[in-house]
Amino acid sequence: MSAVLERTEAPASAITSESTEAVASLTHITKRYANGVLALDNLSLTLQGGEIVSLLGPNGAGKSTAVKLMMGLSSPTSGSVRIFGADPRHTITRLRTGVMLQAGKAPEMLRVCEYVNIFRGYYPQPMPYADIVRAASLEGIESRFFGQISGGQKQRVLFALALAGDPDLLFLDEPTVGLDIEARRGMWAQIRSLATRGKTVLLTTHYLEEADALADRIVVINKGCVVCEGTPAEVKSLGSALSGASTSRSLKIIRCSTSLPATTLLAIPGVTTADRSGILTTLTSTEPERTLRELLALDQTLHSLEVQSPALEDAFLALTANP
Amino acid sequence: MSTATITLPAAHSNTLTRNLRIFLTEARYEFTRLLRTSGFSLSVIGFPVVFYLFFGLIMPRGEHIGSVTVSKYMLAGYAVFGMVGAALFGIGGGLASELSTGWLELKSASPMPPLAYLLAKCCTAMAFGVIIVSLLSVLGITIAHVSITFPEFARMIALTLVGTVPFACMGMVIALLVPFNAAPGTINMIYLPMSFCGGLWIPIMMLPHILQKFALLLPTYHLSQLMLGAFGYASAGSTSSHWLGLLGFTLIMLGIASIAFRRLEQNS
Repeated sequence: MSAVLERTEAPASAITSESTEAVASLTHITKRYANGVLALDNLSLTLQGGEIVSLLGPNGAGKSTAVKLMMGLSSPTSGSVRIFGADPRHTITRLRTGVMLQAGKAPEMLRVCEYVNIFRGYYPQPMPYADIVRAASLEGIESRFFGQISGGQKQRVLFALALAGDPDLLFLDEPTVGLDIEARRGMWAQIRSLATRGKTVLLTTHYLEEADALADRIVVINKGCVVCEGTPAEVKSLGSALSGASTSRSLKIIRCSTSLPATTLLAIPGVTTADRSGILTTLTSTEPERTLRELLALDQTLHSLEVQSPALEDAFLALTANP
Repeated sequence: MSTATITLPAAHSNTLTRNLRIFLTEARYEFTRLLRTSGFSLSVIGFPVVFYLFFGLIMPRGEHIGSVTVSKYMLAGYAVFGMVGAALFGIGGGLASELSTGWLELKSASPMPPLAYLLAKCCTAMAFGVIIVSLLSVLGITIAHVSITFPEFARMIALTLVGTVPFACMGMVIALLVPFNAAPGTINMIYLPMSFCGGLWIPIMMLPHILQKFALLLPTYHLSQLMLGAFGYASAGSTSSHWLGLLGFTLIMLGIASIAFRRLEQNS
């Protein structure tokens, strides 16, 4: 535990010296659960100081398993996990990390401010109380019981607990689930400001828009393996190449409410797919102008028309599509 | 070399102070939380109080059997009944719920020392035990004019503190083995028969012979005999055999808990 003292004596320089080397690493990790499920298959992942990395993948891809391994909550079947060059289960490591786990829920009968103070008490140099309240937008709900607040507010309290120790490394497992748009943008701003202060953030998310808006680097995983990694722009271009969009640079997604049957839609020039859900029909077209002219001519009652370029979402779907 | 010998004890004492401080915070908030959870505090304190009021105070009406004051005899049984409930529901129920909601996982990922968490829960159960035993004693003294000397009361409180431990371990085992929604039902299915068969409601010698034999396996029996011993009312077995019984039960529970915990860890 003498290491605890070392940290309290020389805190500031530690962050800057580590920004050039790996803050966290998973090396050739295989994780097989007792029930035989292979969650991670020879996965390697490195986080550099001060970067925001987003871990993307469909349900069951192994994102939460990767986070749990990095937090030392679970041990790998093979491979090694290092956080700040040490074992993630050591107290010295945990003093420098903060975590927000998926579906975490606190007992109901304690107040928000009490939880913040309990967690602040775990660290020798916690973030000031007022800063935490501001960063997690807890103003006005501090004296309410955890059981009384809304789902989004609960999520913000859990974010506050992750910040309590002013950690150098933060794991956020789907942090903005259940937040309204304003709260989500607020949390994004906080995550960005953490990175500008030299903190490292690993973020798993289902909101691809979130990864696109926040991450310096996106790591797409599927079935426990890294499918690809790169900047959001690189991942998008790779995805569109895989989805076949590279052969036609003008691929567009057309959404509208139309009464035309799928067979008619697929016969329209340029249309590659047609998919109806509810009252909206989604088409992909390699010749959007021709498709639109034809579509409008065929259906005079067509409304709610929208034309979009394929986004990260499509890249993501293409990358993680089952062969 | 000299720096190492100076800094190491300093670091060690620093860690100890930190752990102690965290433990005190955990214990304070665990107690506050359970006190505010009326579903817990009302039933855990209310049941033994109401039971003792009816069966230990109103029904016997100051009756004596030989040198034994019935209300005082019953006080020992209901005191054990109350503290066992606080330990089983406080720790078993609390831990099961925190395991299922992921709260325990979040705490394990934090730098909180795990022992601080467990001891805080155990001490909270002890505090509830002390409240229940004190309340029952006050009722006995005021309503049935039961005479309890200060050394007797002090022995009751000491037994409450120590006696909470085996049942805290049992609560932990239930929480680790039984899914959260089945935990309260399971606890009741163990708690109530164990109380009856251990002689907490009806004096052990009034139970059928076979149940008296079976009671030797129950921690409630051993604890209640020790509690009765504090009043000079113990009916069977030596004090040391009751202590051994409680110790054995605690060790078995700790053994099962460590196996269950390892299994849980392997599955995570």
